[in-house]
Amino acid sequence: MPTTTIAGRPLEVNEEGFLTHPDDWTEDLGVELARLIGIELTEAHWVPIRFLRTDHAAMGETPTLRRVSTQTGIDVKTLFGLFPKKPAKKMAYVAGLPKPKGCV
Amino acid sequence: MTFSPPTLLVLGGGTAGTMVANKVRRVLPDWNVTLVDRDDVHDYQPGYLFMPFGMNTPEQVRRSKRRFIDPATRIVTGEVDRVDADGRRVLLESGEALDYDYLVIASGTTPRPDQTPGMLGEGWHRSVNEFYTFEGSLALRDNLAAFEGGRLVVHITELPIKCPVAPLEFTFLADDWLRQHGLRERTELVFVTPLDGAFTKPVASRELGHALEERNVALETDFMVESVDQDAKVLRSYDEREVPYDLLVTVPLNMGADFVERSGLGDELNYVTVDKHTMQYAPQGGRPVHPEIFALGDAANLPTSKAGSVAHFSVEVFIDNLVQLAHGRTMTHSFDGHANCFVESGHGKALLLDFNYETEPLTGTFPVPGVGPLRLLKESRFNHLSKLAFRHIYWNALLPGRPLGLKPQMSMAGKHPEGPPAAVSASMREE
Repeated sequence: MPTTTIAGRPLEVNEEGFLTHPDDWTEDLGVELARLIGIELTEAHWVPIRFLRTDHAAMGETPTLRRVSTQTGIDVKTLFGLFPKKPAKKMAYVAGLPKPKGCV
Repeated sequence: MTFSPPTLLVLGGGTAGTMVANKVRRVLPDWNVTLVDRDDVHDYQPGYLFMPFGMNTPEQVRRSKRRFIDPATRIVTGEVDRVDADGRRVLLESGEALDYDYLVIASGTTPRPDQTPGMLGEGWHRSVNEFYTFEGSLALRDNLAAFEGGRLVVHITELPIKCPVAPLEFTFLADDWLRQHGLRERTELVFVTPLDGAFTKPVASRELGHALEERNVALETDFMVESVDQDAKVLRSYDEREVPYDLLVTVPLNMGADFVERSGLGDELNYVTVDKHTMQYAPQGGRPVHPEIFALGDAANLPTSKAGSVAHFSVEVFIDNLVQLAHGRTMTHSFDGHANCFVESGHGKALLLDFNYETEPLTGTFPVPGVGPLRLLKESRFNHLSKLAFRHIYWNALLPGRPLGLKPQMSMAGKHPEGPPAAVSASMREE
């Protein structure tokens, strides 16, 4: 696994740049990860990001876009507005989680 | 004191439910088994893929449910209203209540075109098609016969779906069919997916992505459909891309049964949340535990393919565990997520995928290491003939619960592991 330095910290990431260890994540790191993909986090971004963190801790996996939408009440269109083009993947990236299993 | 044998209640008489009812009779012959279903129609669903191309007739895929269920089983026809888990009973819409000691939910998954704005409408089963129902597959056969060229778009709404390789298979078979009918030159074939490649698993995605390229099929990835505009004949995505079609073949959103939601047993797509190794109900969000409830087949939220092979392998593990529970012991058998799928690739050939929770589909041979005769992830005539022959195995051996000689656990023998998978966009890579 490659190692990279983000916000002055050495971090293990996978070949797509997702954090390998979700426990390495902090909110400050989230801000920096978002900046790396061109997103400045606002409170509107933090609602789904915090949900992803909580849900991943409870369920052991990254929630799908549908789950984020139904559980937070934020509609899918809005999530596309906050995290353009690939909201499921970008939210997982910012939240320091593996990308959701699109399924099998 | 009289001993009354336990009652097993099975909701759904499809692949998983029928197998459970029949196998329980063999290993626990004194148990009462009751099976509930809304009708007496059992379709061989892989046949839906073949019907549009005339490779299976409607008669070949449709049977009576009862014919395949052990006659000692009590069969109740009706719609389930909800499971009263605390009361250990199931309420039917008719008002009837059925008590149980053990409950198996095997109510499958259903295509839900109503969940995508514009999908149902004037053009439904005309210019907007699906092949996940008997009626849809039959209509598609006729609509394909009337097709004169243009844009044929194969589309997946959202995952998970039943038989996740079927849309690719449909595309390969359509390519072949169009060539045979002299229409391929006049047809743009497009595959539209919410995934970032042809398939989910990296090695299979790469191999199947190549297969699309070879057939000159355009691939539109990361496409999350927001609506279907039947007047303009376009698919629209949330990020405002448009894909025009003349003939659309979509896979609507798949959802579990509504009664699962009403019973408080499901996730956001109405799939019963279960332990992925035992298929025992695993409550989420602080809901009460009910160790006597299981879900099998497509109705469960197992993180593997929704496929007949998964139903088959997981039912075998469940039955072994149920016998242990019946004798007051702890369950020790564990399902590994094993799936085994033939992928029709057209031209009378097919590929075979074999994988589980931990291991993605690999190249190699199956079931005998180094010999086969089936080849994994490579096209062969024999794979295709095996897929066609499976219909007979399904009716005559699988549903009755006869042993097929395949172990439920996946084996690594004869497989060729690869190094670390390349990035997800591997399917787009040129070699």
